[in-house]
Amino acid sequence: MNFSLTDEQGFLREAAVNALSRIDTVAGARAALDGEPLPELWPTAREAGWTGLLVPEADGGAGLEAFDAMLVLEQCGRRLAAAGLIGHLAATLVLSRTEAEELLPALAEGARRAAIVLARPPAADEGWTVEAIGGGRASAPTLSADGRLTGAAGFQLDLTGADVLLVAAVDADCEPCVALVDPGVAEIEPITRCDASRPLAHVRFYGVPATRLGSGADALTEAWYVAQALLAADALGVVEAMLELSVSYAKDRHAFGRPIGSYQAIKQQIVEILRHAGTTRSLCFYAGYAAQARPQELALAASAARFAAEEAADYATRTCIAVHGGIGATWEHDGHLYWRRAQLSRLLLGGVGDAGDRVAEEIIERARVTAAAKAN
Amino acid sequence: MNLDDTPTQAEFRARARAWLAEHRHESPPQVRGLHVEDPAPYRVWQGELAQAGLVGVTWPVEYGGGGLGPSEEMIAADEIARAGCAQIVDHIAIGELGPTLIAYGTEEQKQRYVGLMLHGEEGWCQLFSEPAAGSDLAGITTRARVNDCGWVLNGQKVWTTLAQFADFGLLLARTDPDVPKHRGLTMFIVPMNAPGVTVRPLRLMSGSAPFNEIFLDDVQLAPDAVIGPVDGGWGVSITTLMYERLMALSAFEHLAPSPEALLEPLLGSPALNDGNVRRRIAELTVDRLALRYTAFRALSDLEGGRMPGPESGLGKIGVVEAGRKAAALISETLGPDALAGEWGELAAEMPGMRSAGGTEEILRNTIGERVLGLPPEPRLDKDVPFSELART
Repeated sequence: MNFSLTDEQGFLREAAVNALSRIDTVAGARAALDGEPLPELWPTAREAGWTGLLVPEADGGAGLEAFDAMLVLEQCGRRLAAAGLIGHLAATLVLSRTEAEELLPALAEGARRAAIVLARPPAADEGWTVEAIGGGRASAPTLSADGRLTGAAGFQLDLTGADVLLVAAVDADCEPCVALVDPGVAEIEPITRCDASRPLAHVRFYGVPATRLGSGADALTEAWYVAQALLAADALGVVEAMLELSVSYAKDRHAFGRPIGSYQAIKQQIVEILRHAGTTRSLCFYAGYAAQARPQELALAASAARFAAEEAADYATRTCIAVHGGIGATWEHDGHLYWRRAQLSRLLLGGVGDAGDRVAEEIIERARVTAAAKAN
Repeated sequence: MNLDDTPTQAEFRARARAWLAEHRHESPPQVRGLHVEDPAPYRVWQGELAQAGLVGVTWPVEYGGGGLGPSEEMIAADEIARAGCAQIVDHIAIGELGPTLIAYGTEEQKQRYVGLMLHGEEGWCQLFSEPAAGSDLAGITTRARVNDCGWVLNGQKVWTTLAQFADFGLLLARTDPDVPKHRGLTMFIVPMNAPGVTVRPLRLMSGSAPFNEIFLDDVQLAPDAVIGPVDGGWGVSITTLMYERLMALSAFEHLAPSPEALLEPLLGSPALNDGNVRRRIAELTVDRLALRYTAFRALSDLEGGRMPGPESGLGKIGVVEAGRKAAALISETLGPDALAGEWGELAAEMPGMRSAGGTEEILRNTIGERVLGLPPEPRLDKDVPFSELART
């Protein structure tokens, strides 16, 4: 058994810490709330080799695993960074599973940037769905037999500035397929909802030309759950940042003649952040392991990690603000920037609700199998 | 990252599996938790497991152990469970007390005790907690005084698993009350059949009596009953508690119901389609799954020669939460009948479990101070002789 970071993974993590420490992304997240553009991190991602993390070596990438990408995303969350990686990494993963490998070298190298509109794989007898622009869920965009893409998806990450756009679509027979679209013909509407630290947009396709890259049920399912795991890792980074901030303030700030961290009422809330961080980290390991070696457990593992991570980020951000007292709730303090990231994140890509529902679905099914085996 | 066996681990697993396939019919029935009505058949079974190298897997070879790592120990427990057999009954002895004796005992003591312990021929219990000293373990008042024949014990212990069936207990007592509390403690071996030792079952709110109270009235011990240095018992107890923490990592995985088992009573209920019920299922499943993968991370650290930090103890909180949430969901779904059966018992165990092995609050305080470096509460008992402290 080896369930610890390898040396290489330790280096990857350290490199991400260092690369992201050179740009004040937290200040950038605050300024973005006033309409300033986000700091450009694509050159950082490119230089660090993150753009090719999930691209096979034969196609010019690093050929690494989802878990390695999660280590980078954790550091992005910790610094409120937006490097466009969730969309790009999920898109390159899908491309590496279809017959469009010729696109990969430029994406791996970072010369071009990819994004993807992901759809939720169906549970029970529903179809493939995306986030609806007005909230709730809508059918995935449809790709007609003559190659026209029609439909819309709301609240998508990382679309802005993409050179290559993939869409999880359904064909005339309601079968899932991967559609390749020129981002220039899609209507991409940047939006801000609560959090401005990551680019968010609605996208609409009005019968635009699209290329079908093969049927993609397996690749799209894998990409959906890997994206869940990447979001979980990003949220874990938020939890870690809240833990660091809370501990440091509780040691410094004095009240009634002693540091507030010496009071059990404060200390135990901070330890609860640590507990959430540990729980989330363990489930992120599980998700990374499943992505790599247990595909039949990926839906459970990634959904469990996502569910735990978003709940943890919600608790950690609220608690960090409370530990700081009134100052924690001011515009100048960083607390609300992380809280905003957590509040929006828990609603994206199915959100914490879908993740929980999928955990229930998977574990109920396993309980049925176990009970049936016992009955025999 | 992998959960695969190394070639030597695979070989160990294959040997364990083959042996268990052949001997599984000799096992007494599996039990939930740690407690049995009559340990005799379980001790015989433990002896057989020991012959097969499945007990004391991490103990040194010279004391009858396997000299292997925590992964092999988990493999042994996995294979025993997989074969439908009972786990080691004296697992507190094997996991904590034996390793403490091996670390601190004299060669004579080790030769006398640990082999018989390993093979289930002599049962052991742990005599640390007292009615007025649990979380604050160094505040114990059981007193050991020197006399012409050795030591005389007086006091009371509590929360003692399997004491009614134990031949020996490892006991922490105060030998010097006139120094600060951590400095005047000594560890002893107590024969449980010695005159003056009374064992009384302690009935819990669930109705069962898995623990005991132990009364010690002028119990005479020989001079060689001391384990480790006189007045150095605190260090010995820290070692025992460290082994307890390591054991708890994997033990919970085998003792606590699996997420699938927690859902079994609900299968077939239309409530499983209810969104709120599904959300609650997700919450308890996530709590329970996190324990498993936290244990894997900690075991992996151990394999790599890194000691898992005290924060791994936070896993207990999640297990208790998962059990409480499952019991509540099951009784709300199935109605009051569910409170009468197995799940009602589980529900009635959870409030007390919060304090098992140290209260949640002391666990959080310790971790806040030792892991996060948060400052301690001002303490009134530091550098003050124990005899001058306010006590109840």
